[in-house]
Amino acid sequence: MLQFAELLDRLSLEPRRLAKEALLVRYLKQASDPDRGYAMAALTGDLSFKNAKPALLRALISERTDPRLFELSYDFVGDLSETIALMWPTDPDGEVGYAPALKEVVEALETATRSDLPGLIAGWLDALDETGRWALLKLIAGGLRVGVSARLAKTAIARLGGFQPDDVEEVWHGLTPPYVALFEWAEGRAGPPQTQDPAPFRPVMLAHPLDEEKDIATLEADTFAVEWKWDGIRVQAASGVDEDGQRVARLYSRTGDDISRAFPDVVERLSFNAALDGELLVIKDGLVRPFSDLQKRLNRKTAGPKLLKEYPAAIRAYDLLSWNGEDLRPLPFIERRGHLEAFLRELNDPKIELSPFVCVTSWDEIAGARRSPESHLARDDAVAVEGLMLKRRDAPYVPGRPKGQWFKWKRQPHLIDAVLMYAQRGHGKRSSFYSDYTFGVWRQNDGGHEELVPVGKAYFGFTDEELKEIDRFVRNNTVNRFGPVREVKHDQVTGLVFEVAFEGLNRSPRHKSGLAMRFPRISRIRWDKPPSQADRIESLKVLLNATVA
Amino acid sequence: MSEMLTLTPEGLYCASARAHIDPIRPVERAIITHGHADHARSGHGAVLATQQTLDIMAIRYGKNFAGNTQAEAYGAAVQVGDVAVSLHPAGHVLGSAQVLLENWSGRTVVSGDYKRQEDPTCAPFELVHCDTFVTEATFGLPVFRHPVASKEMNKLLTSLQVFADRTHLVGAYALGKAQRVIAELRRAGYEKTIYLHGALEKLTRYYIDQGIDLGEIEPVGRRGKELAGEIVLCPPGQLADRWARRFGDPVTAMASGWMTVRARARQRGAELPLILSDHADWDDLCRTLAETGAGQIWVTHGAEEALVHWCERQGLQARPLNMIGYGDGEEADTSVEQPRETGAAV
Repeated sequence: MLQFAELLDRLSLEPRRLAKEALLVRYLKQASDPDRGYAMAALTGDLSFKNAKPALLRALISERTDPRLFELSYDFVGDLSETIALMWPTDPDGEVGYAPALKEVVEALETATRSDLPGLIAGWLDALDETGRWALLKLIAGGLRVGVSARLAKTAIARLGGFQPDDVEEVWHGLTPPYVALFEWAEGRAGPPQTQDPAPFRPVMLAHPLDEEKDIATLEADTFAVEWKWDGIRVQAASGVDEDGQRVARLYSRTGDDISRAFPDVVERLSFNAALDGELLVIKDGLVRPFSDLQKRLNRKTAGPKLLKEYPAAIRAYDLLSWNGEDLRPLPFIERRGHLEAFLRELNDPKIELSPFVCVTSWDEIAGARRSPESHLARDDAVAVEGLMLKRRDAPYVPGRPKGQWFKWKRQPHLIDAVLMYAQRGHGKRSSFYSDYTFGVWRQNDGGHEELVPVGKAYFGFTDEELKEIDRFVRNNTVNRFGPVREVKHDQVTGLVFEVAFEGLNRSPRHKSGLAMRFPRISRIRWDKPPSQADRIESLKVLLNATVA
Repeated sequence: MSEMLTLTPEGLYCASARAHIDPIRPVERAIITHGHADHARSGHGAVLATQQTLDIMAIRYGKNFAGNTQAEAYGAAVQVGDVAVSLHPAGHVLGSAQVLLENWSGRTVVSGDYKRQEDPTCAPFELVHCDTFVTEATFGLPVFRHPVASKEMNKLLTSLQVFADRTHLVGAYALGKAQRVIAELRRAGYEKTIYLHGALEKLTRYYIDQGIDLGEIEPVGRRGKELAGEIVLCPPGQLADRWARRFGDPVTAMASGWMTVRARARQRGAELPLILSDHADWDDLCRTLAETGAGQIWVTHGAEEALVHWCERQGLQARPLNMIGYGDGEEADTSVEQPRETGAAV
């Protein structure tokens, strides 16, 4: 546990990716099995404990501290595990107890009953120092947030064995913690672990943003196939038959998380031996629904009949990675596309449809399609477009983000000037700074007076330096406090104007203004602009009517 | 609430003594608790403070920082109107003082910033019994429990052994923190020369002139990679600055009470957080409030809410002043001298 705690602590303070990787490799060399396997499982999010949950930790600390002081502290620190680790009562003269090994902790957490857990965890917390307590609590609460992606953890394991991260990726989904077979392979004591999984995840290929100045000048438009970039989520649908003749079908997110249980309406249709790459969308009566509808289906463990009926999911497929046991990934894109079209014709399922090509051949035409998708598509489809994908016709399917193969070219964001109204303390990296901003635009209220109405919330788009300046502005212009939220002065003369960029608008009865922004972020801070010159609600309503059916 | 003090836009005001304490704007008469920039500002008509605080203000703002000045020794009382004003060590930085105001209505102590931890670079905090105690609450949350300084210095010295070929760059505020880091390192047995960024030099020299033993110190000057394996102190803002690149791949450390919270260490870019504060931690704040015997507690700045809540639970009357312009979430010694740029000969 101490080695693992030290690793987490140093990772959390190290911003550089390469240095993080070096820390991980060093740890993997020093630590032994099964501890290091459990550590990697914790980092890749592959550990979860049925009975040990954050609510239990809250209960433990609330027995030991004043609840008000705990809430204020949590608000400041911005991290539950860290707050508890810091506040946990210790006996300054007491002997430090026996610190448990990571294996012992993980295995006990997996098997302990609900009634045994509080005593067990409290005993460990008493025995550990602050760093140890913090690491233990992070492990239990899940989501370590030390800036290590699953990919980075796998990369470190690959370095240990001197092979490529994708080699690890390929076998990963057939393995379970503590991955002893994987480490045997990495240390040359055995061959690669054999995966029997008939529907494995295949690491996805990603696109670079198009550099409008450089890329357009140097790349030939006709070497690319152009597709719509849909405003849904990237998924991989894999299906096959296992040794016992049972069908195994899974829907993966782009990071390889298995999201099948949330989308039974899609998974039940995966009755083929193939893996396809596509966009998950909510499509109702043949019309693509806004992203906010899809959001209702995301981050859920399951989906009830009502949800399935109201927000039916479907796939727009744009690539075929394997078919009847053949790995298609080495083929050029255009050949895979041919296979994909044949595959979908044969499947003939309205819920798994082809994402069409955009018929454009020059940069002018490409730019035109990006500017006005509605000139190529039905209105609802056009609204669901967030840009274009450009894929080299001869590109094989390479995991990761290979250079010069795939590009994404997003639509221009919409911009408005809005006035800061409320600020809330951030969490994580920005804890204790006021970094979450609610902003509003002007409207005339029922009494005929001008007032600001909140239209959105943003918490990024500014630099750390700008954050400090805004934070100072918030503190010096606070007119009201509501727990962690401060109301900031916002009248015609005094207030802070943000230029806010966003991707689109949805109607939202939950918001006072009746609308919700997609992907809002601060694009500029207008220290120069008086609040009275910010935008009015009418300009947003025009946009809303233009974009929503 | 108090016969003695009122809150004005300039800060705390004692009408009987016709003086503000640590005002944030120029006033006619000011009593200054210590030299940090958020408490000691220039342009007042008259300033009463310890000699060391006056010296520090002169170093930072120039000789004419106030119309006239009056130095007062710790413990000596001066009568202003019907109020006896005396200064008592606050243990915060060199020259720092609590202000005791006493008249027929009782005893009020304005503590300024203070700490109870031992510090070889300034006089230790003196407990002054009073009826009303005005406290800061910079670290007024129970997550702040500052470890002993020697533990933090050992972290730095251990890192210096492990990464013997890397410069150890320690961010420390110019007044108080930088000198304390040096003094604590000496106590921990570190005898090599310690190198300073130009912006820390004048005040460190002043500490030495005041008889505080800091061993060998030298300005960094134009040196860079040749300081591999050495300890270099700089203002916190320089840690992530172009200036720091001259050392190649330094280990960046930061000495501050905020380093308790990992997110704060990350915001500072500190690979090696050193929890070293010139403010009282939670336990010491609570202990001090209890020990002064005060029935009324005023909380000036910091995490007022938590400390006020604690006071109420203890049956003490407490009032948050929500004062703007002090500390304000940062262990502020916002240096008024601009840190000198790359290559400047110092």
